[in-house]
Amino acid sequence: MPTTASSAGDVTVLTGWGRTAPSAGRVIELDGDVVRKAPHRALPIDEGRGAIPRGLGRSYGDPAQNGGGSVLRVRPGRAPISLDCDGATVTADAGVSFDDLLRVLVPAGFFVPVTPGTRFITVGGAIASDIHGKNHHVDGTFGAHCSRISLLTADGALRSLTSADGDLWWATIGGMGLTGLIVDATFDLIPIETSQCLVRTQRIANFDALVDTMAADDQRYSVAWVDLLASGAALGRSVLTRGDHARLDDVSDRQRRDPLAFDPPSLIDAPGGGPNVLSRTAVRAFNEVWYRKARRDHTAAESITGFFHPLDMVGAWNRLYGGAGFLQYQFVVPDAAIDTMRVAIERVVASGLASFLAVLKRFGPANAAMLSFPTSGWTLTLDVPAGADNLATLLLQLDDLVLEAGGRHYLAKDAHITPTIVRAGYPRLAEWQAIRRSVDPEGYWISDQARRLGLLEEEVA
Amino acid sequence: MNNAVQQPQTILVLGGSSDIGRAIVEALASPALRHVVLAGRSSDPERPDVPAGVGITTLDFDAADPTTHRDVVAAAVEAAGDLDVVIQAFGQLGPDAADDPEAAAELVAVNTAGAVSSGLAVAEQLRRQGHGVLVVLSSVAGVRTRASNFVYGATKAGQDAFATGLHHALHGTGARVLTVRPGFVRSAMTDGLDEVPFTVDPGDVADAVVAGLRRGKSVVWAPGVLRGVFGVLRYAPDAVWRRLDR
Repeated sequence: MPTTASSAGDVTVLTGWGRTAPSAGRVIELDGDVVRKAPHRALPIDEGRGAIPRGLGRSYGDPAQNGGGSVLRVRPGRAPISLDCDGATVTADAGVSFDDLLRVLVPAGFFVPVTPGTRFITVGGAIASDIHGKNHHVDGTFGAHCSRISLLTADGALRSLTSADGDLWWATIGGMGLTGLIVDATFDLIPIETSQCLVRTQRIANFDALVDTMAADDQRYSVAWVDLLASGAALGRSVLTRGDHARLDDVSDRQRRDPLAFDPPSLIDAPGGGPNVLSRTAVRAFNEVWYRKARRDHTAAESITGFFHPLDMVGAWNRLYGGAGFLQYQFVVPDAAIDTMRVAIERVVASGLASFLAVLKRFGPANAAMLSFPTSGWTLTLDVPAGADNLATLLLQLDDLVLEAGGRHYLAKDAHITPTIVRAGYPRLAEWQAIRRSVDPEGYWISDQARRLGLLEEEVA
Repeated sequence: MNNAVQQPQTILVLGGSSDIGRAIVEALASPALRHVVLAGRSSDPERPDVPAGVGITTLDFDAADPTTHRDVVAAAVEAAGDLDVVIQAFGQLGPDAADDPEAAAELVAVNTAGAVSSGLAVAEQLRRQGHGVLVVLSSVAGVRTRASNFVYGATKAGQDAFATGLHHALHGTGARVLTVRPGFVRSAMTDGLDEVPFTVDPGDVADAVVAGLRRGKSVVWAPGVLRGVFGVLRYAPDAVWRRLDR
């Protein structure tokens, strides 16, 4: 019986994690092993609207959907995770989630080089979005830790890329899946002695104090939660958490008996179908409790889930924003533009749009990937309900501030920017387009986001 | 592609010189907007006030000629790309239709048959692209027809039933329909007619459309209070209804 790499594909309405701009595409499942065996016939024929890979759909906007076209998911093969303990590297299929990965890695004494705020992302998505974590100022992005990527390009060739491949390597990292389908990848790991993190938690009274503390930071992991409802003298009041993987000496005797235990609790889904329950009042109450709960300055061991992935304890928390969904706004501005960050926070506070999560983090230097988001400076991330009345006005103000300061928006979070804004924020877009075109002249790879931002178009009217 | 706050990049107006259509375009205009296509009988319709840099294309469109409707949609796609929002804004009032069978048939040809055939041509494209919204300007006149304009009311009732049905038919395709039921709107079409309670301006209808799009509604009324009013009037005894219609 002939092996087929793909299922026929059902037309399915998809959105990103923010649930804002649905479109329907043919979702086609590919098997990682079959793709490797017969790459030249793995890709579905272009029926005019192209194809885009999709992992677990955790990007917030529309980069992993393709209205009217194909949406490809790569099922992990039979041996999806191959750990090299001596070399401290792992090779994993693109469709492997960080959840699966950590359940193998942590008990073996390793951690992923970079993790975002959730385990429910895939290796392929981590590369395509060139994700960052709390350790960016020390360790850089996920792409910086990859040593090999197999990429199935539009011509049906399965290419084994390394950084020696130069342009295509750096166009694929952060390339939003638009250079080809990532099939598997090899990347470096962080050796750990325990599955705990030693975390220092501090309450910081205001923005100035926060910036001073974070600028002098030498901890591996560092991030501040900012109360965007506090104004006046308390503007920017925050809870700053900093830490590193705990060593054996750091943990309790009880934990030392099984130092690498890792069994994150399974998810309880948040209820769906209701209205936006994250009202201003609810968020204000939560923020107050969260701020007061934190001790003034306290160091303790925390679990990986508690420190890195707290929201994973509530499945489908995105439904809490109600039917209109929500938007996660993340931008970076250069170090020198710290005043812009203050103005941006003031604008959000003044708009009165509740933000459940507002996270401030300092980035280290950018890497060589043309569309990689992080660049030396400060990044702020906030959630806002998409149905809010004055949201469009706030976004306009923020976009202007970000661009004037020489900053940019994170494409994995973007759900609203324009072709003009992406071109201002990513001056190397044209360079990326030329490389992309060299491996996909017909524009086989395309997403709703690519159409919205004209990512494949040289000039946008 | 509409963005996360439901701002379109492209808009097609069928009935390109409609006051309400133009008001909706202006209310939907944002930095995201790239192209507006005005399809109508006038080759030089009044331009909507949109930011500089937004492309505007005009196309010939005759609602009463269904053989051209697919071509008009195709030409709009050619000019603008994917159609994010399509506004079905054409329509005639035909005040004399009750006494003139031919004029009545003409009204049906434009308001109902034209709405159905152009609506289907648009739906075909939205289905193909996997996203997009068809905004259908229906009328409360079709919710319960009145003696004074029942032919017009009947044509709008047909259009309304088509639109709400199409919305269901498109479920699962990424495309959807927003049916708009305004009361009396001050516009070129109603110029010279006596105003009735709950009269609105085109801008009020546009605001209702924008809010409806943002909240993902399938039906909006303008003003919103008409939903409740007609919820009752629809079932009022005939004698009461006739008295109200004087």
